[in-house]
Amino acid sequence: MSPLRAVLGRELRLALRSGGGAGLGLAFFLTVILLVPFGTGPDPDRLATIAVGTLWIGALLACLLSLDRLFQTDFEDGTLDILALSPLPMEMTVALKCLAHWLTTGLPLVIAAPVLAITLNLPGAAAPWLIASLAVGTPALSFLGAIGGALTVGIRRGGLLLSILVLPLYIPTLIFGAATVRAAIDGTDPTPPLLLLTGLTLAILALAPFAAAAALRINLR
Amino acid sequence: MHPMSIWRYANPVEFLRVSGAALPWFWAGTALCLATGLAWGFFGTPDDYRQGSTVKILFLHVPAALMAINAWLMMLAASLIWIIRRHHVSALAARAAAPVGAVMTVIALFTGAVWGQPMWGTWWVWDPRLTSFFILFVFYLGYIALWNAIDEPDRAADLTAVLCLVGSVFALLSRYAVFFWSQGLHQGPSLSLDRQENVDNAFYWPLLICIAGFILLFLSLVLLRTRTEIRARRLRALQNLQARA
Repeated sequence: MSPLRAVLGRELRLALRSGGGAGLGLAFFLTVILLVPFGTGPDPDRLATIAVGTLWIGALLACLLSLDRLFQTDFEDGTLDILALSPLPMEMTVALKCLAHWLTTGLPLVIAAPVLAITLNLPGAAAPWLIASLAVGTPALSFLGAIGGALTVGIRRGGLLLSILVLPLYIPTLIFGAATVRAAIDGTDPTPPLLLLTGLTLAILALAPFAAAAALRINLR
Repeated sequence: MHPMSIWRYANPVEFLRVSGAALPWFWAGTALCLATGLAWGFFGTPDDYRQGSTVKILFLHVPAALMAINAWLMMLAASLIWIIRRHHVSALAARAAAPVGAVMTVIALFTGAVWGQPMWGTWWVWDPRLTSFFILFVFYLGYIALWNAIDEPDRAADLTAVLCLVGSVFALLSRYAVFFWSQGLHQGPSLSLDRQENVDNAFYWPLLICIAGFILLFLSLVLLRTRTEIRARRLRALQNLQARA
């Protein structure tokens, strides 16, 4: 078996089987969306105006809160040292872990978001753009999260610190992602923000593993 | 090493000696520039015909905003020097500059709010420039928090240097992304080196002196804080030695 498939398979199996909490991110997302109308009141028009922001921020938080299992447990039980010694470059290991994280956290959100959008009264015409923007944007969330996860891996109870480090990095993704859907609602052309979001995600996919791997190497020293 | 090499000052002992001798002059320059610039700015310039005397907050607002950005750039340069050449003074200088930069950001935001209330009729708007400063402030907080969270000095220096590089990219990226997101109320730049669209001469010179004063203030504070960091680390090393003996 190639090391690529071995690492990816291990990550997916751990997330899906051993109480790794692949479904927990999605459950968290559902719960956040459930709470929002209690805060704003049930008026459909008001919900429609904040639906985009709510769905995107819910996705950010769901992604953020599942980041601790990206490196933390592997760091604590020594698996990360073994992975560092493997023939796979650290950058590739990080990228595979992020890919597995996206498949088990980001992808379910992309699928669930349009259903939840109905409850928030998002205009139907904007739903395809919501799916597109989340599908393009959520991989960047996992890869950026890896930087924060790698920086804080040696810190006990670093959860709050992780949020402060990672959430500001999500700002450009959030801006272009939400702008895509809002453009679709307003009837303007949603492709420019979507293309900018795509470019941003591709750049993050290419560069973030290097930063995360550098931080992991420092922590494994 | 060449005796005139700048890396001579990377030696903590040499740094403490030279910075100790230079610091009183920096403080004197800071006091002189800020006293002259602010007194000239507040009392020696005319009121604006539309903004009245409110315009004079510019003598605090503009220098603070400049230093808020330059402090981060200095941290970036110091982090790169630490990563490339492993000079401990450089890492400690980056750590020392962060709280100063964060406070400069707060001063810029606060004076901006005080200026904005009478001029725009609101303390705060989600204008691109205001928002980018808010974002910059959060980056400062994260950087400071990461330094404080890690006990081992070299590991803390390495990881915060990585964060500083990543943060620099994203602070810049966010700055341009927010222009896509919102059109603002804030005016365009009032100062430029080619002097095409500058403020009036009456404001120009006192403003330059205030900026010089803020630069000197920043340098004095960073030198002082770096000296404190060096001594704190030396103290810790001595305590460790004593505990082992």
